[in-house]
Amino acid sequence: MCLGVPMKIVSRDGDTVVAEVDGVQREASIMLLNEEVAVGDYIIVHAGFAISRLDEEYAEETLSLMREVFSEEDMA
Amino acid sequence: MKHGMKFQDEFRDRGLVQNMAANIRTMAQRLTSPVNFMEVCGTHTMSIYQYGIRTLLPENVRLVSGPGCPVCVTPIGYIDRALACTTDRDNIVATFGDMLRVPGSGSSLMEKRAGGADIRIVYSPLDAVALAKNNPDRRVVFLGVGFETTAPTIAASILEAIRLGLKNYCVLAAHKTMPAPMEILTADPELNLKGYLCPAHVSTIIGAAAYRPLAEVHHIPCVVTGFEPADVMQGIEMLLAQNLRGESRVEIQYSRAVSWDGNPKALAILHRLFEPCDAVWRGLGVLPGSGLAIREEYADFDAERALTLDVPEAAENPACRCGEVLKGKLTPFDCPLFASHCTPETPAGACMVSSEGTCSAAYKYGR
Ligand code: SF4
Repeated sequence: MCLGVPMKIVSRDGDTVVAEVDGVQREASIMLLNEEVAVGDYIIVHAGFAISRLDEEYAEETLSLMREVFSEEDMA
Repeated sequence: MKHGMKFQDEFRDRGLVQNMAANIRTMAQRLTSPVNFMEVCGTHTMSIYQYGIRTLLPENVRLVSGPGCPVCVTPIGYIDRALACTTDRDNIVATFGDMLRVPGSGSSLMEKRAGGADIRIVYSPLDAVALAKNNPDRRVVFLGVGFETTAPTIAASILEAIRLGLKNYCVLAAHKTMPAPMEILTADPELNLKGYLCPAHVSTIIGAAAYRPLAEVHHIPCVVTGFEPADVMQGIEMLLAQNLRGESRVEIQYSRAVSWDGNPKALAILHRLFEPCDAVWRGLGVLPGSGLAIREEYADFDAERALTLDVPEAAENPACRCGEVLKGKLTPFDCPLFASHCTPETPAGACMVSSEGTCSAAYKYGR
């Protein structure tokens, strides 16, 4: 029940957004979010509320760092 | 599997995870004694079992599951109080689905529902508020359990009920707050913990700074970690690196969702409605200041105050080892009931009920 699901915002009407993951759409309130979000942004949805915005740039950065540190050559 | 997010698949990349495992094995050769790392997040527990992460680790790097599943840490006495709410047929009891099968002293919500009690599963606390709005002559009692991830959503539901002028919505609150049990377990010499994979979603709300006392006063490395397999592996690697350097700091692996300060707006709503209280944790007993009680000014929305619940002393199934499993002292496989008398269909204890429970994850994915 503590699951938070990463979803993409597909539309917004005031404090309510419709977000999507794997083709499933769901309404979520953004009244607990501390930052502005727009259509196309990623959020973590928990119990019908967006609790955090997911930063795509940070995600890319983490991945490229991982790849750099854990590259095939180093492991050989 | 198709994913809504393009990088999700990459955090599950087998090659990357294998390389990280090789690196962890190399690092672990430098350890002078084995290390135990604990995860305190149901989502981590699920991920660790689902992706077989333990099988990728060397023998001297061990993962232990802690009290990270909100349904599991809810004590049996609370379940009994929830069951008592169903007796008055004017009440509609609204709950998240995974509370349904948790055994109370005598029965479960599921059994009460089969006996005619009006119990509704909701996805969001706002759905429970909508139920109250659509049933003006009944009272909706929402079962408010969960950590800091969930507590603000329940607080928001009470604010919504106020906005709608509803007088027939209340919450039976048993929220718990996170760093408290971690401090207790750090001090336990039997567990001998050398690091925490700190919870992912709880930390989006409370922020990574909340773990500083653990790292600085209790000298235990803390890494706030995401729950994809590559995240968990990197979290383990970061904990290992701290151990090898003889450090204890808070680090954020899950920086795409977690900041140092958390979510101040959600925290403000949480603190507006709730105040700290002592709370009973399954397996851990009473931990001072580790729970959240509804503030006096919102007493009308507090089921404990609004209803008179007469509940006898709770009786646990003496064979269930949930308490020890939640403390990381036993694995599900050490419990005599596991997979025989206790299965997800006929659970004997809470850890088998919630999909985030250690026993449920162990049952589903073996290993
Ligand atoms: S297997 Fe069942 S009875 Fe045993 S500890 Fe887990 S939940 Fe409790």
